[in-house]
Amino acid sequence: MTTKGFKKLASLPFPLGAPTWPDSVERPSKLRKVGLDYDNAWSRRYPARLVRAMVLDNLGRPTVRVLAPSTVRGYHHVEQLEGPVIFVANHASHLDTGVILTHLPTHLRHKTIVAAASDFFFDRTWKAATWSLLLGAIPIERTKIDRRSAAQAEELLAEGWNLVIFPEGGRTPDGWMQDFKAGAAFLSCKTGAAVVPIWLGDTGKILKKGSDFNGRPPGGSGTEDAESGGLHRHRVSVSFGSPLRPEPDDNARRFAPRIEAAVELLGREVSTDFWQARRNPNPANTRGPEAAPWRRAWAKPEDGEHMASWPKR
Amino acid sequence: MSPRPGFVLEVDRSTPPTLFWSGEQLSLHRLPVGSRVLYAPEPLEGLADPEAAIAHALEHPTGDSEPLSALLFPGMKLTICFDDVSLPLPQMAAPDVRQLIIEAVLDAAAAKGVDDVVLVAALALHRRMTEPELRHALGDRVYDAFAPHGLLTQHDAEDEDALTYLGQTKHGEDVEINARAASSDLLVYVNINLVSMDGGHKSVATGLASYKSLRHHHNPKTMKASKSFMDQHHSELHSANWRMGRLIKESGIKIFQIETTLNNDTFPGRFAMLQKREWEWNLRDRATFAATSAALARTPSRYARQIFHSIKSPYRLTSVQAGEVEAVHEVTTANVWRQQGVVVEGQSDILTMGLPYICPYNVNSIMNPILVACLGLGYFFNMYRGKPLVREGGVVIMTHPTPWEFHPGHHPSYIDFFEQVLSVTTDPEVMHAQFEEAFATDPWYRHLYRTGHAYHGVHPFYMWYWCSHAMAHLGRVIIVGGDPKAVRRMGFTPATTLEDAFELAKDVVGPDPSITHVHNPPLLMADVQ
Repeated sequence: MTTKGFKKLASLPFPLGAPTWPDSVERPSKLRKVGLDYDNAWSRRYPARLVRAMVLDNLGRPTVRVLAPSTVRGYHHVEQLEGPVIFVANHASHLDTGVILTHLPTHLRHKTIVAAASDFFFDRTWKAATWSLLLGAIPIERTKIDRRSAAQAEELLAEGWNLVIFPEGGRTPDGWMQDFKAGAAFLSCKTGAAVVPIWLGDTGKILKKGSDFNGRPPGGSGTEDAESGGLHRHRVSVSFGSPLRPEPDDNARRFAPRIEAAVELLGREVSTDFWQARRNPNPANTRGPEAAPWRRAWAKPEDGEHMASWPKR
Repeated sequence: MSPRPGFVLEVDRSTPPTLFWSGEQLSLHRLPVGSRVLYAPEPLEGLADPEAAIAHALEHPTGDSEPLSALLFPGMKLTICFDDVSLPLPQMAAPDVRQLIIEAVLDAAAAKGVDDVVLVAALALHRRMTEPELRHALGDRVYDAFAPHGLLTQHDAEDEDALTYLGQTKHGEDVEINARAASSDLLVYVNINLVSMDGGHKSVATGLASYKSLRHHHNPKTMKASKSFMDQHHSELHSANWRMGRLIKESGIKIFQIETTLNNDTFPGRFAMLQKREWEWNLRDRATFAATSAALARTPSRYARQIFHSIKSPYRLTSVQAGEVEAVHEVTTANVWRQQGVVVEGQSDILTMGLPYICPYNVNSIMNPILVACLGLGYFFNMYRGKPLVREGGVVIMTHPTPWEFHPGHHPSYIDFFEQVLSVTTDPEVMHAQFEEAFATDPWYRHLYRTGHAYHGVHPFYMWYWCSHAMAHLGRVIIVGGDPKAVRRMGFTPATTLEDAFELAKDVVGPDPSITHVHNPPLLMADVQ
């Protein structure tokens, strides 16, 4: 229906049109149930799952294949794996979620939800609905531990859902991996779900933090730093590690470093090789030097394979 | 977010039209500027775990009572009585709270090795419940365990062999109740307290009584002296029942009273607009209302009735308390008020009310003209504490089609009452003196009451007495949209539209009257200051 049509409908007398508000009654401030309060149970019901599966398989996978042709390692770790599983990955780009989901085997892909920052993906009703539908996103509080989001994730894992979580709490600002928060380890200890470490290499080259899909850094006109913004085709690497399970006497504090180390190891394997990664566990390969921000950025290896970018420069 | 309390709206030019029930029809009416509309508090949160709350209540009794498990012993005679089909309204979605409680009581009895258990529906002079109604109230598990063995019974107020006379109160009131209940080692009463009049000593003293006993408080004198019968501190009906209840207690009958309160979440989601404030109706509410009201206007009344009576309310249990009758009832009444109370400043000249399709006496049945009067003037008028919402000499305007239609199986004596009694007098005192006895003792009505599903012969009189206080208080009663002949037969004034009714009312209360509208259901109790 057109805007004109909606306006015409609204101008009809009550009850066909909207009711007038009595002058004597104070209008409540419009309470939007967004953020952690957003109830997206609907997105886990069959109709929404069907839409998600269709979009992911028919639109998401071809798009990711075109935008981010990948080198996949360790696929055998997840090929036969049974859920519930917690997928834990480093985070450099908004496309990371799509890359992970499209690289999962079908039996896991269609039963996977994504922990998404409530302050970013759930701050508007339309955004919350969109990400809930397309990614099966659930809102989490990334700045502090929130019982509600933890309880919901725990409940969904117990129901057999797989969960994608980025324990860095946000995309890396400089390309180097950040410290992990203990959320994934906590959930694994609580539910017994296996944790699959994933290293995503070079996804930041496609759509890095600080730019939008039009190539404009926030607040910028799009001309200052054209190289840094926008969508660029780039080859990426997706490395799955061996599933980790908490030991009987493990707690989140003990288990979290093991997860972090496993992701880091996968990253080193990509930049060196299997043997070197183990023989020379130099954190600088994934974490970068402990130095000023420009030196950290400077130390980042040059792009490997440059491909076409969009929009055209 | 906690539920909002009740609300009194003062109608202004921006106020949208107000919802009025009219039997099985729904309509919107614009009330004059300055009118007040009373809205019930929003539904309270239900108990998260009703079964656990029931178990807790049984083992942690209120007042001077031992826990249920301590009152049960092998070889005892246990009778479990429960409220009949008149509660709650509409029927609640399964599982009914009576089922949950009775199952818990039976679990406790089984654990203690109690063999002699009988269930009794506390009908008083109401019609017997049908099998589907019993199954709904008690659940299949209870029904199938007791009914085939004749252990699920319905109180028969006309079976002299099944009644026990306990004596007279100091006021000369005869107390005669169900013999099985009277001879039991423990009488467990399971109640649903929908309005503040229910429960307490009224459960046993009325629900299990005979006509001989009931006539002492179901009469015009008592009803006129109950201002209102919903306010136990100013209700002669309440006082009479309390006197009888205390006599029952003194006669050695041990009662373990279990009372419950429900929230007022009356209509399921698809009809949510019926309990919302009109200015908060969203697109879905408006579309549902437009479609529903248009469809109902084109649906024959019998089908519309079937549709409405099939609605099961999503009521939630808000409290359960068990133990000594009076202590339990005090807590229960407070919980009823918590859900229904609305503070209102002062009376008005005119009180308007839209009467819905159901009252306690036409569940799965027809709302005949006498029940229309009883719902409006008996129940809704009396839903106050302090003073009536309408001043003395004021006018009540009710909307209801008031068809000249009766259910011959459920309300046989109503038909004759309407034809033979109301055609002679509408004065409760006169009909009490001249006609009541004949109807109450009529063998055909007794037969239908005892063997069919008919209300007792005297029941239409009681319904009319229920209106006594209102009729004595009011200057005129107007029914909008009612069958003019049926309305006039009852001594009321018919009107075609609400606007006509206001004009007619001005003849009584004068120009520029103050108006209050009760947005009911969900039920509300006005605390008139």
